[in-house]
Amino acid sequence: MKALIQWVDARFPIGNFVREHATEYYAPKNFNFWYFFGSLALLILVLQIVTGILLAMNYKPDAELAFASVEYIMRDVWGGWFVRYMHSTGASMFFVVIYLHMFRALLYGSYRNPRELIWIIGMVIYMAMMVTAFLGYLLPWGQMSYWGAQVIVNLFETLPIIGGPLSEWIRGDYVISDITLNRFYALHYLVPFILAGLVFLHLAALHEKGSNNPDGIEIKKGPKGNRWSRKAPRDSVPFHPYYTVKDLFITVVFMAVFLAIVFFIPEMFGFFIEQPNFEPANPLKTPEHIAPVWYFTPYYAILRAIPSFAGTQVWGVLAMFVSIALFFVLPWLDRSPVRSIRYKGPTTRLALGLFVVTFLVLGWLGIQAPTTSLTIMSQFFTLLYMLFFLLFPCFSSAGQPLPLFAKGMLAISIFSVVATIVYWWFLWSGGPNFMHKISYTVLSILVLFVLGIKPLVKPELPKPLPERLTK
Amino acid sequence: MTGEDVEMTQENVNAKRRLLTIATTGFGLAGAAGLAVPFAGSLLPSERAKAAGAPVEVDISKLEPGQQVTVEWRGKPVWIIQRTPEALELLPDMVDRLIDPDSNSDQQPEYAQNPTRSIREDILVLVGICTHLGCSPQYHPEIGSVTFDDDWRGGFLCVCHGSKFDLAGRVYAGVPAPTNLEVPPHRYLDDNRILIGSDQEAA
Repeated sequence: MKALIQWVDARFPIGNFVREHATEYYAPKNFNFWYFFGSLALLILVLQIVTGILLAMNYKPDAELAFASVEYIMRDVWGGWFVRYMHSTGASMFFVVIYLHMFRALLYGSYRNPRELIWIIGMVIYMAMMVTAFLGYLLPWGQMSYWGAQVIVNLFETLPIIGGPLSEWIRGDYVISDITLNRFYALHYLVPFILAGLVFLHLAALHEKGSNNPDGIEIKKGPKGNRWSRKAPRDSVPFHPYYTVKDLFITVVFMAVFLAIVFFIPEMFGFFIEQPNFEPANPLKTPEHIAPVWYFTPYYAILRAIPSFAGTQVWGVLAMFVSIALFFVLPWLDRSPVRSIRYKGPTTRLALGLFVVTFLVLGWLGIQAPTTSLTIMSQFFTLLYMLFFLLFPCFSSAGQPLPLFAKGMLAISIFSVVATIVYWWFLWSGGPNFMHKISYTVLSILVLFVLGIKPLVKPELPKPLPERLTK
Repeated sequence: MTGEDVEMTQENVNAKRRLLTIATTGFGLAGAAGLAVPFAGSLLPSERAKAAGAPVEVDISKLEPGQQVTVEWRGKPVWIIQRTPEALELLPDMVDRLIDPDSNSDQQPEYAQNPTRSIREDILVLVGICTHLGCSPQYHPEIGSVTFDDDWRGGFLCVCHGSKFDLAGRVYAGVPAPTNLEVPPHRYLDDNRILIGSDQEAA
């Protein structure tokens, strides 16, 4: 046995690899529960690929057969219902875990120099996940599958000039059809493997610079030498066994929750599997109430909030893409001298809290049927979403002078607030009532003042950083 | 090295090599671009998908005033609605709430570019696909205050994103949809039969 290991190691240095990335990979010693979600996401990716391949063995990507083949899996295939509910629950739980993983990065500034690329690769992974989820949602060929795909593919049609041909190229037809289903299936099988490749890059980039931690202090710049190595940072522990055991523990807890959902509430009251999807696709009739799956609804609310203007509805689509794109530039918007929320001032905490509320409220709005009072609410929260990013350089400036781009962003913020208010009061015929207009106007100006103007007039200094990691 | 030969200086060699490298890369890229054409082209609508657009014949002899019938044409819903006289009377009043009351945008054949957006005044033929993002709007012929509008004159509501259209398929201002609903090419074979997908000859 020992000889075999030596034989392999001489040809493929597997021992080195294990040492570099596990037993002698030193991670900060103060990870808290927020650090569970990365490894949980990896676990779900593996589960999704395994259950997905099993489903593919019985599923038929054909408009005539698809819906029935899913029912066949549910009723006649041994354990088919379990595999399918694992897959559908896994899709939603993947997003739950990824949203928490991203929130962790926002809390502790994990996206900051020198980890910008880890964050950007992570955002690409997030987008690849959204593409995969969207492609996969068409496959059961239910009513929501059909009309959801119809709406999303039509987003591309709003682009000027190339829009029409582009959306036909994506569908391979003039409407969502058998042809579209067939190719979405092929792509739904492909993208997860690209996703796995991206995860590899994400981890490679992470292990190059090392993890951030709840204090946001660089352990590699601190004192050296711990119980295991004289060269390792003092405030670090080897990833294996310390964090592997910790991850294993949370895996057990997570799987208990996950399987409870699979066994008892796989539809999650219409959030994980929407009710209209139990009805086969009907191209002549849109369901009474259509909404995307919950993980898309914040962006969907933004899309719906923007009215058409100058004869095109491309603005809502642009706003939706911008709202995702803003995450990519976050590392350059954060100007604070410290990384972690623990040492940032109350305005930053307030801004992050507001952003979480905004994201959740937009998510809720995206599920509701549109009415005038909900539309003005969506517009207000869309504005708030954008202001969080646009004003980030201001409330994180800590008294440093604003660079030119940040001044530009402040100008855009002021313009956006003014334009929105003008729209509410003068351009929206048959618009919302006076109470709505006055309260959202006051709130918008208040947010602009508190997050944008006040931190510049009266700068907020971060708390002093400790020399070494705290608990 | 004899007199006639090109002098093989370091510079000459490098220039030649550079040229060859550039040429090779260039041809390689051109080849890859050429290869991408059939690959990407295979995703375009196939001949079968293109051919699926045959005209559809609809019998409207049993259509009641106010009733809506939906047929499938090119995979899309097409509505045929017989408007009541009261509904037709309300159409001119709508003008101030619409983006394009005179149907100036190219959303209908020439013969339907009129105040009722139809060939026969009472019969409305529309592609039942919202011009916003392609949901199929709902028919709401009722008049008065409804959940989504305090002063509704009858028309269509897209539940997906809240776009509203009047009973001629004209879009309301301040909703996500930018243009009126599409009137498909159609013609009357006789008083009771409409052919959808085939243009009326110039009148």
